[in-house]
Amino acid sequence: MDTTLHALSARLRARQATAVSLATEHLERIGAAAPLNAFLHVDADLTLAQAREADRRLAAGDPSPLLGLPVAHKDIFVTRGWRSTAGSRMLEHYTSPFDAAVVERLAAAGMVCLGKLNCDEFAMGSSNENSAFGAVRNPRDPARIPGGSSGGSAAAVAAGLVPAATGTDTGGSLRQPASMCGITAIKPTYGRVSRYGMIAFASSLDQGGPMAHTAEDCALLLDVLCGFDARDSTSIEDIPADKAHIWRGFQAENAANASPGKEFAGLTLGVPREFLADGVAPEVRAAVERAIAAMVARGARRVDISLPRTALSIPAYYVIAPAEASSNLSRFDGVRYGHRAADFRDLNDMIERTRAEGFGREVKRRILTGAYVLSHGYYDAYYLQAQRVRRLIAEDFQAAFRQCDLIVGPVAPTTAWKAGEKSADPVAMYLEDIFTLGVSLAGLPGLSVPCAVDAGALPVGLQVIGNYFDEARMLAVAHRYQRLAEAGS
Amino acid sequence: MRMPAGWEAVIGLETHVQLKTASKIFSSAPTDFGAAPNTQANAVDLALPGTLPVLNRAAVECAIKFGLAVNGGDDRHIAARSVFARKNYFYPDLPKGYQISQYELPVVTGGQVEIEAGGARKTVTLTRAHLEEDAGKSLHEGLDRPGVSGIDLNRAGTPLLEIVTDPVMVSAAEAVAYARALHGLVTWIGICDGNMQEGSFRCDANVSVRRDGDPRLGTRAEIKNVNSFRFLEKAIEFEIRRQIEVLEDGGAVVQETRLYDAERDQTRSMRSKEDAMDYRYFPDPDLLPVAIPRQWVETVRHSMGELPAAIASRLSAEFGLSASDARQITQTRALADYFFALTAALGGGHRLAATWLLGEFSAALNRAALEWQEAPIGPTRLAALLLRIQDGTVSGKAAKEVFDALWDAEGDVDAIIAARGLRQVSDTAAIERLVDAAIAAHPKAVEEYRAGKDKALNALFGQVMKASNKTANPGQVTELLKKKLAG
Repeated sequence: MDTTLHALSARLRARQATAVSLATEHLERIGAAAPLNAFLHVDADLTLAQAREADRRLAAGDPSPLLGLPVAHKDIFVTRGWRSTAGSRMLEHYTSPFDAAVVERLAAAGMVCLGKLNCDEFAMGSSNENSAFGAVRNPRDPARIPGGSSGGSAAAVAAGLVPAATGTDTGGSLRQPASMCGITAIKPTYGRVSRYGMIAFASSLDQGGPMAHTAEDCALLLDVLCGFDARDSTSIEDIPADKAHIWRGFQAENAANASPGKEFAGLTLGVPREFLADGVAPEVRAAVERAIAAMVARGARRVDISLPRTALSIPAYYVIAPAEASSNLSRFDGVRYGHRAADFRDLNDMIERTRAEGFGREVKRRILTGAYVLSHGYYDAYYLQAQRVRRLIAEDFQAAFRQCDLIVGPVAPTTAWKAGEKSADPVAMYLEDIFTLGVSLAGLPGLSVPCAVDAGALPVGLQVIGNYFDEARMLAVAHRYQRLAEAGS
Repeated sequence: MRMPAGWEAVIGLETHVQLKTASKIFSSAPTDFGAAPNTQANAVDLALPGTLPVLNRAAVECAIKFGLAVNGGDDRHIAARSVFARKNYFYPDLPKGYQISQYELPVVTGGQVEIEAGGARKTVTLTRAHLEEDAGKSLHEGLDRPGVSGIDLNRAGTPLLEIVTDPVMVSAAEAVAYARALHGLVTWIGICDGNMQEGSFRCDANVSVRRDGDPRLGTRAEIKNVNSFRFLEKAIEFEIRRQIEVLEDGGAVVQETRLYDAERDQTRSMRSKEDAMDYRYFPDPDLLPVAIPRQWVETVRHSMGELPAAIASRLSAEFGLSASDARQITQTRALADYFFALTAALGGGHRLAATWLLGEFSAALNRAALEWQEAPIGPTRLAALLLRIQDGTVSGKAAKEVFDALWDAEGDVDAIIAARGLRQVSDTAAIERLVDAAIAAHPKAVEEYRAGKDKALNALFGQVMKASNKTANPGQVTELLKKKLAG
């Protein structure tokens, strides 16, 4: 059965389903899929109240395209109704007095929230094994990780528990789990989606975005998610007029490239040689090459390019992100909300114990790393140097975009690995982020679209990277590729 | 205080000026003082997860005004691009676990404030002035449960301008003169209400001492918690004495933060450099650098009106006030406003007005511990008195008595003059009688004067004035005395 937003919307409009029936149907599936551990908080009363309201709007003829369709939010977005934990013991019982901008926008569009999705603690992780509330399993193979940190979102969509979900991406957390679970996700240009109400990990990198089955569904969602928000000072107000509307741009792109066999005519795809080097699993490399070849066969031009500082993105990212995190997470001190140690000698002891008890291993590792690189005497060597590398990486991308329209390559060097396989080796885990970190550091948009499965039936994602504000074109290309792949399979 | 011989002090001041904006620097919560605890703190001030700071441009405007005011209206010390940074430390009343402040690129770099201390003029140069947010307040007393501390976050996020001087002051008197001048300036340009009791204007002093002629700076101590000019003076004086004693006893001054205890009139150690914190400053990624285009600075400049330094120059150039009087008149807006209301009512008389305001009136306000805006005699009534001096109705001396009566609200000027019989007597015959009587009654003074002791004339003059109940025209008295004694 077609579980895309597109298809579900058609059912609603044809009165074959109601928002309440869709919500109920999905809540039942969520209940049945408990072993995946994708959902953290479900509240049927809250969901059904939203569904009933959506049905009223549907009955009144409200044409909003997302009206009545189910969605769920990564538990890094705060919500008034459901608890907001960021996958951390620290916020186990925390409920926000306000909704995140992303939550508000989808609610205003009439989407019905099914609940909150598991994730790595404070979005720190690539396998969703760092959640204080248990690891998430990959629905394609429950022995394997779903990717992270938006692993709950990816697993829930892939398992059909919800047709679409929100996620966040700081160094690949939307794209990599989408790749591992075989769904589509896009990290927008930094500043396009408001960070208001998104529990901060690394402010200069964090960006929310949609996860769904198809690029088309992502375009519908992103159209609603994007927009200036005065409550977020890094939100971008002046977007070039021709790039301002995602859905309109997406449709126009597709309409202009509809002739069969020529769907990618005029499109130059840059393939960074660093993305297909040794270290990339042969099956992943082969899958990406096949995807590129399929587009070339239908009019695209391939150019081999270089992103020479790809390897440097790992140390740069793992300095900048922990530095910002060490400061962003200072507010969790047990004074005003969240966990507070039961026993303590004095105020300092209270703060120390609260944090020792409330944070998990990976979060502590990054706080310590971050505090270290910002400390007196080390700042220049680490933080400033990392910022310089970051600028150079952004320049490399601009040089690349002078040779091509979009950059394509793998999302991750491997498919989903076995749970526990890399838990003891954080550096091995960090290396998995090599193809996604540069995009985050440069603030560029990047998406992941499924392009194959390996011999073990595990999905491989194709990453499409665009220049700033080029999301509509990226999604349109991914959409046409997806149509092609459907037809071919 | 006289500096002990062989020593000199070096003082720099850091002043936290609370800016008079309606809402906080990074949130929309109001900044009013005195509200019930935690009623003026919103989600941003509480640092709830997911909240983000949004800069209040009115705070930047305050900093721009200050930058213009301490540079004679010149904008070259106002950064075109300024950056907010995070100062990281844990404290229960610091909600985010960091304070948003400025580190490398403050809004204002440089500038100067003119002061006058001990009769000498001095220019105090400024290092910088940067914007930051205030923390909340910890309450350790007055809570219903013993052993429990409370946190009030009403003040958290209140905009502050921290103004840092170079280490250029050499005495407590200079430091206080600077603090007063700065207070006058920030209230004049309307960026601060100046209320020291409510903490709107807080000074920290960096104090060190060294042997005369030693080019190196001594180890400094930072004195915090000084909430009045008087305490600032006492705290610095105490600290200078303390450091000299330590050094003279062969000890070493420790770099530390010291709190001033007004009740005991002493400073005591709060924390030493060993526990000095590494604040791990870095640019705040939640806030973009603030661009301050010159156009914005121009708009602010036009909104400001004439700066006090410009008014002072005008007072000297146009009305012949001494540079010192002109600067003092323009030290606070309230005094300058009073001055201009007074001279308007007088139709001139700027020098007479300045003499009275800076002399008799200032002294009376000091005695009563009042500010200009609280003065019990308004400019119109004071003008009526000065008119009576100008038209010769009362002598300057008698006018002081009228002033005291006005202060005590005994009625209007002419009624007081009449009631007290203070009308100046210029009737030559009447004065002559008094002069003759004085000469007759004090033969010794007469003898001394004739022997060449000019001072003896003062005694005789005093006798005549006393006998006339201060009403005799002093010029005529002197003239007549001289004439008679010469004859």
